[in-house]
Amino acid sequence: MSSANTQSAPSIFSPALVRPAIGSAFAKLDPRVQLRNPVMFVVWMVSVLTTLLAVAGFVGRGEQGGYSSTLVLVIALWLWFTVLFANFAEAMAEGRGKAQAASLRKSKRDVQAKKVGAGHWSSGDGQRHKATDITSLKTESVPGGTLRKGDIVLVQAGDTIPGDGEVLEGVASVNESAVTGESAPVIREAGGDRSSVVGGTQVLSDWLIVRIAANPGSSFLDRMIAMVEGAKRQKTPNEIALDILLAKLTIIFLLACTTLLPYSIYAVMQTRAADTASTAAPVTVTVLVALLVCLIPTTIGGLLSAIRIAGMDRLVQANVIATSGRAVEAAGDVDVLLLDKTGTITFGNRMASAFYPVDGASAEQLADAAQLSSLADETPEGRSIVVLAKQKYNIRERDMHALGFDGKPATFVPFTANTRMSGVDLPVSTQYPLGRQIRKGSADAIEAYVSRMGGTPSAQARDIVNEISRRGSTPLVVADGKGKTLGVIELKDIVKGGIAERFAELRRMGIKTVMITGDNPVTAAAIAAEAGVDDFLAQATPEAKLKLIREYQQGGRLVAMTGDGTNDAPALAQADVAVAMNSGTQAAKEAGNMVDLDSNPTKLIEIVRIGKQLLMTRGSLTTFSIANDVAKYFAIIPAAFMSTYPALGALNIMRLNPDTAILSSVIFNALIIVVLIPLALRGVKYRPVEASRLLGHNLLVYGVGGLIVPFIGIKLIDVLVNLLPVWS
Amino acid sequence: MNGVLQLVIYLAVLVALVKPLGWFMARVLEGKAGEAPLGLGRALGWLERGVYALCGVKTDADRRPVETGWKPYAAGILIFNAIGFLAVYALQRLQHTLPGNPAGLGAVEARSAFNTAVSFATNTNWQGYGGETTMSYLTQMLGLGVQNFLSAATGIAVLAALIRGLARRSSSTIGNCWADLTRVTLYILLPLSMLLALALVSQGVVQTFREPAKVALTVPLSYSEPVKNDAGDTLKNPDGSDQTRTVQVTEQTIALGPAASQIAIKQLGTNGGGFFNVNSAHPLENPTALSDFLQVLAILLIPAALCWTFGEMVRDRRQGWAVLAAMLAIFVPLLFATYALEAAGNPRIDAIVAHGDSASAPDAPAGNLEGKEARFGVAASARWAAATTAASNGSVNSMHDSYTPLGGLIPMWLMQLGEVVFGGVGSGLYGMLMFVIVAVFVAGLMVGRAPEYLGKKIEPFEMKMAAIAVLVPCALVLVGTAVAVAIPEGYTTSNPGPHGFSQILYAFSSAGNNNGSAFAGLTANTPFYNIALGLAMWFSRYWIIVPVLAVAGSLAAKRVTPTSSGTLPTHTPVFVVMLVAVVIIVGALTFVPALALGPVVEHLQLVGK
Repeated sequence: MSSANTQSAPSIFSPALVRPAIGSAFAKLDPRVQLRNPVMFVVWMVSVLTTLLAVAGFVGRGEQGGYSSTLVLVIALWLWFTVLFANFAEAMAEGRGKAQAASLRKSKRDVQAKKVGAGHWSSGDGQRHKATDITSLKTESVPGGTLRKGDIVLVQAGDTIPGDGEVLEGVASVNESAVTGESAPVIREAGGDRSSVVGGTQVLSDWLIVRIAANPGSSFLDRMIAMVEGAKRQKTPNEIALDILLAKLTIIFLLACTTLLPYSIYAVMQTRAADTASTAAPVTVTVLVALLVCLIPTTIGGLLSAIRIAGMDRLVQANVIATSGRAVEAAGDVDVLLLDKTGTITFGNRMASAFYPVDGASAEQLADAAQLSSLADETPEGRSIVVLAKQKYNIRERDMHALGFDGKPATFVPFTANTRMSGVDLPVSTQYPLGRQIRKGSADAIEAYVSRMGGTPSAQARDIVNEISRRGSTPLVVADGKGKTLGVIELKDIVKGGIAERFAELRRMGIKTVMITGDNPVTAAAIAAEAGVDDFLAQATPEAKLKLIREYQQGGRLVAMTGDGTNDAPALAQADVAVAMNSGTQAAKEAGNMVDLDSNPTKLIEIVRIGKQLLMTRGSLTTFSIANDVAKYFAIIPAAFMSTYPALGALNIMRLNPDTAILSSVIFNALIIVVLIPLALRGVKYRPVEASRLLGHNLLVYGVGGLIVPFIGIKLIDVLVNLLPVWS
Repeated sequence: MNGVLQLVIYLAVLVALVKPLGWFMARVLEGKAGEAPLGLGRALGWLERGVYALCGVKTDADRRPVETGWKPYAAGILIFNAIGFLAVYALQRLQHTLPGNPAGLGAVEARSAFNTAVSFATNTNWQGYGGETTMSYLTQMLGLGVQNFLSAATGIAVLAALIRGLARRSSSTIGNCWADLTRVTLYILLPLSMLLALALVSQGVVQTFREPAKVALTVPLSYSEPVKNDAGDTLKNPDGSDQTRTVQVTEQTIALGPAASQIAIKQLGTNGGGFFNVNSAHPLENPTALSDFLQVLAILLIPAALCWTFGEMVRDRRQGWAVLAAMLAIFVPLLFATYALEAAGNPRIDAIVAHGDSASAPDAPAGNLEGKEARFGVAASARWAAATTAASNGSVNSMHDSYTPLGGLIPMWLMQLGEVVFGGVGSGLYGMLMFVIVAVFVAGLMVGRAPEYLGKKIEPFEMKMAAIAVLVPCALVLVGTAVAVAIPEGYTTSNPGPHGFSQILYAFSSAGNNNGSAFAGLTANTPFYNIALGLAMWFSRYWIIVPVLAVAGSLAAKRVTPTSSGTLPTHTPVFVVMLVAVVIIVGALTFVPALALGPVVEHLQLVGK
């Protein structure tokens, strides 16, 4: 991980984040900003109203029978604090993103680009330019910001790539740490799945000819900066639905509070009619306003945008860039996960898993020969044979040079597409008086080799080869130079450790996993069973992938997939959550709605978790916010109406001071926002258990907890407030 | 103990009937034209086909009525209800010129007629008038009686459309409203009413077209009344006191009429509009303990059984049980609480009895019996009060105004919950399903999934419609009460202080939730209340029906997401708790301040010093 990422995850209340957030909280008092959030806009409006009431009180035109003007002013101040705390929460969330955006922007210096003039380069000529041609290529130097989509540029060692694009020609190592945080350089080359480059990254060696794929302002880096800064702040459908629910609750409480005024006037009239000495007075606007603010869901209303921004930010922390908040939410809903076998479920390479000697050879002989033939074989398969021979038969790894004799070295015969086998030739020595030749390779190639050496291809080996193929593994036949077949090595796909547990976890989350592989169905079934995926698609073609996604979607499921190749692009475009690998092609990145900078296919699981966390945080805080209201009624109703109906004092179960009970409730209501900021930013913890249990748990914590906490909180605040002697 | 037993038997019989009736109604709502279970199709199919031919309802090759989308369905329901409203209004205004009026009653006053017409079209059956002294037999039977059937059928039809919306996938239609109205009336309401009416007649409920009977009093009565001149002024004696004369009464007029047939549907269709003024406290409307049991059973029968119908039609009976469980979880405690509060009686009276002041309290009271029929006692009265307000029935066998403050709070609050705990036939369940949408939304978020119910995604449109459906009754009750207490026209209460406030709040809670029960005490047959309550009933009914049908249409068009272990199950106890919490919290938080100023303070004053 780079410094960019570690810098952007400071502790939640670090001064570097808090100070600008405080300033920003005041700037957000602008009513146009507040209008975006109906709940907080109501608080903003009544804050203005209460302030005016306080001012009116100081000039002698305050409400009849109400609080002292000082107390009204203090209530007004705490109402303003409620708005400010909500603003602060949002600013804090934005601040975390901004820190990251700033480090990204550093890499977005305007660079001079070497633009290749039209007609000087054509990809259609089929001719590969030599490095020397590049120097003769006519280029003009233009500012990187002027490049348009389709322009062609030359980037040489030491240059910064001026914009996102696709490599048309050349191979180069590129430092992409500005984007990925990964300091190891990556190879970018024309064609294939490593052909896309990102603007702002630097070519370390060699050269590239790049076709620019994005206009200024819409490049990958621009999108990334925009996202982490939260500039694209359109609400998702789910947020809109929650807004409707919160607006509904706000309207209900607005009605409940405003109608209280006529109810109260009626009650006072009745009381005075019955008892002329009664000092009953109608409830004041200040009290109604305080009651309203305490009842409307300010807690969730104030934290809603912070939750969204923090959710996006958590994704950025995981090194994933989403193009929209909608994609993040959809991730929480994913039902089906399409995973590529290679690299995700299995290690990229096959490994030796067993030796099968034939025609009277012993297992040790076979293992020994296999090991000898693989000593110089640096492919992962070759290494795995050496390892297996040591594990199974304790055959020590030998030094290739030690196998030489009398100055004549042992020679390694590398694998070629032509011979389809590899091996070793040992010189004549005391141990091998005739020298020794060992070959390993595909069954057909070795059979031909054996025949050539005057031997007879082994029927037993052929049977074992067929058997291994049926199992989905790859057979390698080993023979020696005398035309004798020694046996067969089984190469197997190795399922990554712990992956089966992760799939079991996904199953508990209700997500079906589907393995995508180009293997034949037999091989695929064997690996699918071992990895514990729910289903597999064998001999997958891009068309088959697309069809599979469509089928799942027809059935009402949400499909997530990862991809990196250009041939993945149609499927990525079709999938609901499409994570493109950063190492992948430009086409793949454009088709997806997320890019994983680490290019780690198992990241999808992390993304699902983040999406769920985002929704859960919203739901839990909504529940908490509404559950809080019960205690507030017990605090405010007796205080508000005790002058009319002293009997209502019996409802004052918290034994609050009637003069300060309303202030204490308002203070609690404002402070709870601050207290919950860390939860909003970190998110509610997600545990992969079935939905019903999760609901029970969260109902207990946020529902029942939400009922109890304010009783304690308001009482505590009331005790503290009454330590100040100014109220009586 | 006897009282508790009465309540337990009641609940047991009710729950036992849920499955068979629910199954039967599902068959009716899903059946083809001319087909219905239990041989009803054979017996009445010709009538159904006749109605279709008359109304131009087409059937397809499979003999199913051709369906429409939600907009034509809603338009049909609204037009049908508007016609019903106009017919009842016209009948009332013209009853003096029409036959079937042996008592010779005059035309009903315009605003009262408006109120009553709205009231019976909306299944509220609020009665600002006294039945036997206002409505002719023809008005009662052709106007009110018919509307009792049709308003109930409207509720079940709208529910059927919503259930189809939930059960279907990628469908553009939700049913044919004319076919639904016809089949519900013909195969569900008529046969059940016929059975219940016969049972009630066997218990002595009247069913006759005879004019009111005159009977000789066994003990003649006499009283004195002031003597007036032609101008209406009281004549004075020389000493300045009023001149009086003694009147001898030897006979009594007993109001009669075709009551049993109307009472059956009044209870089954959660209508509640009584034939006689005192409703089911009247000995000819509810004569025996058995008739009382049958009627109170009929109140909750269809609303409860529709839960099973719902589960049956969405092919997941557990969903029906879950909703029923949520309703029972709210109803049962409140039922027993009402009984306990009434059985405990009035502490002030108990105090007097304890001091041996036998002059003011001749006998130790067995609980609070004021306003209750001695024939029924506390348990049967409390049972009725809870059932009639849980369902949007509104018929009474005792006067809720006379309940203890908290005993009266419970019926009021049951209405304020939005009439979703059983509620009206159809309307209760579709109202509850709107709460389910809200509950599913919050619960879905809490488990980290975009909310869905029965595989249908809950999106902004559904939330908006559910919000309107939940908001409208709350707003009507709060604002209506506020207007009434703010203007002198509203002060027609019989009590001052918090109890007077309770009377007004009760009236708007009743009208704003289409219940129709009255607290008594409030004189509501005034121009202000006739119009204000009429408007409340109108908005409360149709501003919910239209959003509900819109949700039905929107849900029907959606695909179904298959369930997985990540899907929030909506049939588990946890979800039932969640649903109950949402209903109670919305109901409680909205009305706590108002209730605090009414029954709560009254109670605290009663128990305080």
